[in-house]
Amino acid sequence: MPSLSYLVARLLQIIPTFLLVMVFIFLLVRMLPGDPAIAMAEAKATDAQVVQIRRNLGLDQPLPVQFMVFVKNTLSGDLGRSIMMKAPVSEVILSRLPTTIFLSLYAVALAVLLAGPLAFLAAMRANTTTDVVIRGVFQVGLSMPVFYIGLVLLTVLAAQLRWFPVGGYGTTFLGNLHHLMLPALSVALYTSAIIVRNLRASLIEVLDADYVQFARAKGLTPRIVMTRHVLRNALVSTVTLLGLSIGNLMSGTLVTETVFAIPGVGRLMLEAIFARDYPLIQGLTLTFAVMVSVVFLLTDVVQSLLDPRLRKS
Amino acid sequence: MSEPRQHTVLELRYLRTEFGSRERPLIAVDDVSFSVKAGEILGLVGESGSGKSITLRSILGIVRPRGRVGGEILWKGRDLAALDEAALRKVRGREIAMIFQEPMSSLNPLLTVGLQISENLATHTDLDARARKTKAVELLEMVGIPAARNRLGDYPHEFSGGMRQRVMIAIALASNPQLLLADEPTTALDVTIQDQILRLIQSLSRDLGMAVILVTHDMGVVAQTCDRVAVMYGGRLCELGTTTQVIGDARHPYALGLLRSIPRDVAPRTPLYSIPGAPPSLSALPPGCAFTARCPVAGLECGDVRPPLAAVGQHHQVACHRRAEALAHFRQHEAAS
Repeated sequence: MPSLSYLVARLLQIIPTFLLVMVFIFLLVRMLPGDPAIAMAEAKATDAQVVQIRRNLGLDQPLPVQFMVFVKNTLSGDLGRSIMMKAPVSEVILSRLPTTIFLSLYAVALAVLLAGPLAFLAAMRANTTTDVVIRGVFQVGLSMPVFYIGLVLLTVLAAQLRWFPVGGYGTTFLGNLHHLMLPALSVALYTSAIIVRNLRASLIEVLDADYVQFARAKGLTPRIVMTRHVLRNALVSTVTLLGLSIGNLMSGTLVTETVFAIPGVGRLMLEAIFARDYPLIQGLTLTFAVMVSVVFLLTDVVQSLLDPRLRKS
Repeated sequence: MSEPRQHTVLELRYLRTEFGSRERPLIAVDDVSFSVKAGEILGLVGESGSGKSITLRSILGIVRPRGRVGGEILWKGRDLAALDEAALRKVRGREIAMIFQEPMSSLNPLLTVGLQISENLATHTDLDARARKTKAVELLEMVGIPAARNRLGDYPHEFSGGMRQRVMIAIALASNPQLLLADEPTTALDVTIQDQILRLIQSLSRDLGMAVILVTHDMGVVAQTCDRVAVMYGGRLCELGTTTQVIGDARHPYALGLLRSIPRDVAPRTPLYSIPGAPPSLSALPPGCAFTARCPVAGLECGDVRPPLAAVGQHHQVACHRRAEALAHFRQHEAAS
């Protein structure tokens, strides 16, 4: 098991990451052209009212003071009020977040289910027709943008074959699985293409490793050699890649949720940008940053579980 | 020196391992025959690519990429070459164990040393978890790991190179094998550590009555450790005899050249002797003697006719058409230098 000190050290690394993210978001919003106070004010508001709004938002204070207020509010869970939704940003985001998390996990699960066995098959039959076909198909998947794959899936599986709904979100767990199949699949195809390439390569490398030869020379059953000595070692680098691609995949929900009309935080972000809803954009950016950081943290923890050499803090 | 009473445990008869297509095979091991007795250490000597490692791997059926193994591998009255994978697994690690050249890369970096020993015990013995742990500690102590009890939970990267080689030997010894195949076990180690490991293998062989085939390219290692020596070149045996015979009275031009290339008692800055040319490619071996192209005394028949392994003394066999010329050639050079 990884030592407690390793975990604590890894957790502490999150603090500077978040601080940087906060600075970035803070400056980004303030560098955007236009005045949030004017945007928030009614069209017929007087100058005095705009000044009042500016004062209410604290925008008349010096930047360092504004930043401290921003950090303090964020830490206490107060992300401000959404202009577009006329509700607290945190409430708006929390109501949409589960859908996106569900979609992301669903996509990851599909990607792993798809990529794992096929990468294994390709590696065991390296440089045969099977291997070439598997790699070829995924190479095509890798070269197509996610929204295009999504549109193709929509046209064929939803519009023509009518196996899946065109869009929207279900009410039950199974309903969700059914409704989100196509968006999850279109993201998963891309992700699994990356995983297949990586996992196949590392499996082939590990199969030739001295310790695998030694394991075979010990007379272990092929099953033990495979699971204990080959798979586990091959997974170390693939886990890193999977973590990175989950980060990618979350930002990809912006496109997927729009194509498939799914009410998640991705589509919310797009709507917020169009409506110049600065508090919401700020809150959403922070949410994405937190989600990606958590995924990276989990990736590191899983990796340290797999590889004892990484546990030194 | 092995005593004549001791029985033969392994006998290779015309072992042949080939890769590639059947029409144009690459023959890595070609008609190799030798035997090992209980408690005896046989050195298998040759350059890289001479087929030493493949010979060892063929015995256990773990040649990779999968090659075709022909001939007979007689082990306790059974022919291992004819056994299927499941039956071979019962021999691997249990009756015949193997250790590898690179202690750095031959232990799984993700598993504790304790697990890597006990998985061997779990496969080949009926011991329960507690007994396996006790046995693992015993094994580590036997190969000279200090504070063995506290090291079961350690990972390979927490051991030095020499200690890892000891761990590998401990794993190999887990199920009391009667034959240990050691594939250049000391090549990757410092000279002092090398010496310790060789002594360890020697004492284990003597105390446990275990036969050892020690693959090496180092004649010094052979002289120090082995009872008998088999010299391989281009996948074939060229000389076989007791260590005294092969080191003191080599007859094959390759073995003679190999021995001459060991520096001894020479003035500083004297150029060292090396056998001219490079090891042959397996795809370009002549029908005759594989050493022809580099042999200083090769004659017309050498490239065309395969020299048979012929007895030149008791237990001493050499495969060469021109033994007399070879001896004369190297004597002359010896005198000149």
